[in-house]
Amino acid sequence: MNNEITGAEIVLKSLAEQGVEVVFGYPGGAVLPIYDTLFKQNSIKHVLVRQEGGAIHAAEGYARSTGKTGVVLVTSGPGATNVVTGLTDAMMDSVPVVCITGQVPQHLIGSDAFQECDTTGITRPCTKHNYLVKDVNKLSSVFHEAFTIAQNGRPGPVLIDIPKDVQFAKGSYIEKNKIVIPSHRLFEPSPNFETKKIEEAVEIISKSKKPIFYIGGGCINSGPKASKLVRDFINLVGSPVTMTLMGLGVVASSDKHSLGMLGMHGMYEANMAMHECDVMINIGARFDDRVTGRLDAFSPNSKKIHVDIDASNINKTINVDVPIVGDVKQVVEQMISLWKNRNYKIDQEALKQWWMKINKWKEIDCLSYNSDSKQIKPQYAVQRLYELTKNKKTFITTEVGQHQMWAAQFYKFEEPNRWLTSGGLGTMGYGFPAAIGAQVGNPDALVVDIAGDASILMNIQEMSTAIQYRLPVKIFILNNEYMGMVRQWQELLHGGRYSESYTDSLPDFVKLAESYKAVGLRAKTTDDLDEVINEMMETKNTVIADIWVTKEENCFPMIQSGSAHNEMLLSKDQKQDKKSAEKGKILV
Amino acid sequence: MNKSVYDAPDQLSEIKRHILTVLVDNEPGVLARVIGMFSGRGYNIDSLNVAEVSNDENLSRITIVTHGTSEVVNQIEKQLLRIVPVHTVTNLDQEGSSVEAEVALVYIYVSESNKKKVYQLCDFYRARKIENENNTTIFEIAGASDRVNRFIKEINEITKVEIVRSGPVAISSIEKNEEE
Repeated sequence: MNNEITGAEIVLKSLAEQGVEVVFGYPGGAVLPIYDTLFKQNSIKHVLVRQEGGAIHAAEGYARSTGKTGVVLVTSGPGATNVVTGLTDAMMDSVPVVCITGQVPQHLIGSDAFQECDTTGITRPCTKHNYLVKDVNKLSSVFHEAFTIAQNGRPGPVLIDIPKDVQFAKGSYIEKNKIVIPSHRLFEPSPNFETKKIEEAVEIISKSKKPIFYIGGGCINSGPKASKLVRDFINLVGSPVTMTLMGLGVVASSDKHSLGMLGMHGMYEANMAMHECDVMINIGARFDDRVTGRLDAFSPNSKKIHVDIDASNINKTINVDVPIVGDVKQVVEQMISLWKNRNYKIDQEALKQWWMKINKWKEIDCLSYNSDSKQIKPQYAVQRLYELTKNKKTFITTEVGQHQMWAAQFYKFEEPNRWLTSGGLGTMGYGFPAAIGAQVGNPDALVVDIAGDASILMNIQEMSTAIQYRLPVKIFILNNEYMGMVRQWQELLHGGRYSESYTDSLPDFVKLAESYKAVGLRAKTTDDLDEVINEMMETKNTVIADIWVTKEENCFPMIQSGSAHNEMLLSKDQKQDKKSAEKGKILV
Repeated sequence: MNKSVYDAPDQLSEIKRHILTVLVDNEPGVLARVIGMFSGRGYNIDSLNVAEVSNDENLSRITIVTHGTSEVVNQIEKQLLRIVPVHTVTNLDQEGSSVEAEVALVYIYVSESNKKKVYQLCDFYRARKIENENNTTIFEIAGASDRVNRFIKEINEITKVEIVRSGPVAISSIEKNEEE
């Protein structure tokens, strides 16, 4: 047949039909035919990273900031194994990513060939689904199914492994609309699926005296409309709301109903309200262990409503009274119309009492910190960053550790999709490549990676990428010369024995930036801080801002492992229960 | 039910044996996906059986015997359904009535002194002797696992044996209409 094209061409054609604009990747022997085809076309842009791990985090950052699917292209063997961390990260945080890996030609599979590895075997538990495509004629249908699976239901990563001979082989291309994906391979929630449950839930909410909404990343994955609906419903009910790390931005931080983040380093008032509420409405969150604390003491007196698109999250760690399996957008839309149609209204006197109680908890001012010196407190650095960037279209990414928690506590998010962080897997090194991806997807926005001195070094090689593509990403390092969170746990739980948590021999970050032809800035005292932030924002280039912060600051408030929501530590001086600290030590 | 790192609340229900049958697309790696989910999440597989469904070559049925509290088994079912090529998961114990059977092949060391007892026992359990070219004593027994267990226990008391077992397969015995 003369309309046959090569496998490599089918790959590019499939990507184009799926609306892919950019691919993050790194070439190698087993993907050369695809790279050759990429060279001959202009519709899809390729961003060359400096290590495959950077490619997948960049794709995650792109996906989370744009709502589109991120695409990664890497070679076989080490190319594939280097993306495993990112795939796991995307799996845990439900990020739609399609990862294309090259594979050795089929006749060499199983022979321990050069750069061969069992890619589908290695990535099976860390993808939603994966494929080894052996027939060039199945390639286009695999691609279309892969994109659908990555976006459908609870989003996640999908990997397509293509042997080199299949990339060369000729076959026919099948268009997206000619592919029928069997329904069992997808999750299609029907809008009327759980009507009874939704009715029951709304009635319970209407009778509550101390309700709280507990909002998670699922609301963001459900699209911007979902966040709007959630805000509307909360306004109707008049209930307080708390958000998980992944859910920040669903409800505006400035919204009077918002109590901020909950969980291990969440707000005192949010955790206390979770503990004492009588009705908990979990929308798109999964009762993660960073959120729940000790399970047997988790919100002991509440009726729990749980809206989740993934049925396996229901009753996984916490038993709930009303489980609703479905898409947030559809479920909340139904809740709102029921609420309005039936003229539901919460007991206003009880609600007033509830808010009074919450306001008492707020008075504790759990985020307060001592700021009596010229030295920069990390919390203060994030506060200033927020104040000076809040009027711009700003995306914040983070690495993992203390700086991540301070960013979550002190940076106020008004919109969804502006906050990109590694929640489930907790991947140090996520933030910088994710910022690159976010900047690629949002060229005119301000993208800041709030980083730690240890985390940033995990993917510092991506400086080259940022410079090559003129991506004006800002790296804002809260430099305390420690792996701060490790040090904090060692201080609190391991007798202050700081085993290997001091980051010795750090580079001079200013010179490091300059060596890449980026701009390096440094703030040593509070006097320098605003100037450095302003200069960072005005610079059109990539910037590393090295912010010297107090070295042994701890991140509070904190629910120690093995403790409950009402057992928060507010400061180092507060005495902790020795016994529960010992028990907590074995946990993560 | 508790897969968290935190203290589990008191066990909610007793640990029981469950038979799950999983209908899957017959595609490469599907068995690895299923058993990988079990090992990765720390669930038990007591026995496992896979075969094509005879009237449709694109489908396979995996029969898994597991044990756990009903909360754990419920979670297993939901995790199985997340696997893309999985069509359906049926917990036969919750369906009510079902029929199960397995096959065991037993190589029996027979001597003149125990021969009579061995053949009597095999006859009692309706185990069938399988003729083979070496003329050794190999019996086949089929039926519910309990029955096979009893047979093996009793034959072990008489003589030395070697055993292979298929693990059970099972089917719901509830009356079905043809249209379904």
